[in-house]
Amino acid sequence: MTTKKTNIEFYRWTENVWKSPEKDWRKAETITCGIDIGSVSSQAVIFTDDELFCYSSTRTGSNSPDSAQKALTMALDGTGMNPEDIQFYVGTGYGRINIPMANKIVTEISCHARGANFMGGPTVRTILDMGGQDLKGVHCDENGKVTNFLMNDKCAAGTGRGMEVMAELLQVPIIDVGSLSLDVDKEPPPVSSTCVVFAKSEAVGLLRSGWTKNMVLAAYCAAMAHRVVGLLERIGIEEDFVITGGIAKNTGIVTRIEQELGVKAKPLKPDPQIAGAVGAAVFARALLLKSRKTD
Amino acid sequence: MITAGIDMGAQTVKVVILSDGQIIGSSVSMVGFDLLESAQKTLDEAINTAGISRDDIKRITATGSGRKSITIADNISTEISCDAKGATWLLPSVRTVIDIGAEEARAVSCDETGKVLDFVKNDKCAAGVGAFVDSMSRALELTAPEMIDLSFKSTKDVQVNVTCVVFAESEVVSLIHAKTEKADIAHAIHDAIATRTTSMTRRIPLNNEVALVGGVANNAAVLAAMNKHLGVEVVIPENPQFVGALGAAVLAAT
Repeated sequence: MTTKKTNIEFYRWTENVWKSPEKDWRKAETITCGIDIGSVSSQAVIFTDDELFCYSSTRTGSNSPDSAQKALTMALDGTGMNPEDIQFYVGTGYGRINIPMANKIVTEISCHARGANFMGGPTVRTILDMGGQDLKGVHCDENGKVTNFLMNDKCAAGTGRGMEVMAELLQVPIIDVGSLSLDVDKEPPPVSSTCVVFAKSEAVGLLRSGWTKNMVLAAYCAAMAHRVVGLLERIGIEEDFVITGGIAKNTGIVTRIEQELGVKAKPLKPDPQIAGAVGAAVFARALLLKSRKTD
Repeated sequence: MITAGIDMGAQTVKVVILSDGQIIGSSVSMVGFDLLESAQKTLDEAINTAGISRDDIKRITATGSGRKSITIADNISTEISCDAKGATWLLPSVRTVIDIGAEEARAVSCDETGKVLDFVKNDKCAAGVGAFVDSMSRALELTAPEMIDLSFKSTKDVQVNVTCVVFAESEVVSLIHAKTEKADIAHAIHDAIATRTTSMTRRIPLNNEVALVGGVANNAAVLAAMNKHLGVEVVIPENPQFVGALGAAVLAAT
């Protein structure tokens, strides 16, 4: 299959940085940081006491230590805070074993539950994490403690990487995929192929037969949503239900998951993609306070 | 009688022209957006190599994943039947045909007439097919031939996850950054393809001789790994990627 070569990388999503406008970090009793090195994206989240102070979300580079450093530098930029000012670091995510500044590592399952609990409140019971390379369904209690989980990490179908491949094929910026997929007169049947490689060929076939890009995106989003729902049904849905990870920003997927489940997802503010790092920063604060108590 | 076989694959289209038991022309090209147009163009090229005219062809059989789009064909046949027919036509002692194409891997068990007895194919996942090689060579920033040469220089066994093409690509990138020798990665990739195909092939009776066909059969590193994993010496016909098209041309003549 020959596709037109362009220099635009359609899979690229927007990297972002946020910092609290009014907080003075120098007055904080605890300054903790959570770093989540995922397979596709990396986040650094800094807490002053029990509040979010700043964060960054960037693309994971070629190795974990550099990605961690980059995310941290981005988050701290313009805050006047230096890496030494941070009193405790927790690393998580796919690349967690290789984060040099981490005082401790915690699995991403625990961190997503804790982060969802922080952002969504104590009523959150079911978390769907849709990451770059895996899908996780997690149950937690009112403290954000994991009670059960299920994951798929053998196949890229239904993951962020799969969506990137499709965005690249259709030459659609990935951030527009969701809204375009909802802009169809009638919902087309989902693509039938599980494998991303096959789904790509199936998409080309659909374009050949006269489907519009939006229809193909709709069919792909529907297939992805269906796959995710299959996983969620195995673990069970208990409300509140939240979605974390980069795909949570794709309205085309989220809307279709909600329709198929008949359950609304509670939105996570400020950013569902930082849930893992938020959880890590929460763990870091707890660990720091515990160590101060024993000293 | 002059017949033609058109094999419309996922990546390339192959045409073979057969005249009374002799191959008189063939051509291969990349599949374009319009399948029929690609087939027509490739057929014209094959007609040129054969030095005949379009009217000389009495029957055309189409095969391959895109066969239904080839409306210029008189009839269609499955890749399974064509693989068996083509391989036994070239190598009469073949009883098992393994075809590794761009997106499909198949193993076909057949009798001496090329009749299919049993078959198995990948249907859910592209791990272990040609697309896997393409994807990995991109990750290694090597051409497929460079990757093959390098593979034979490997000195250390490393493992590559073979469950998913998309994930394996990320894994290869991590291996590169962990300073793993490219030769060892290349070797691991070829070995992974062979492992995957071999385990699939074991689901049908494995009778000698075993032929490897399809585009990936041109890959000496995969062949070496297949020999090791299957435990038998695999034979490769001349121009293995044309076996399906040849089988179609043979079926068109019968």
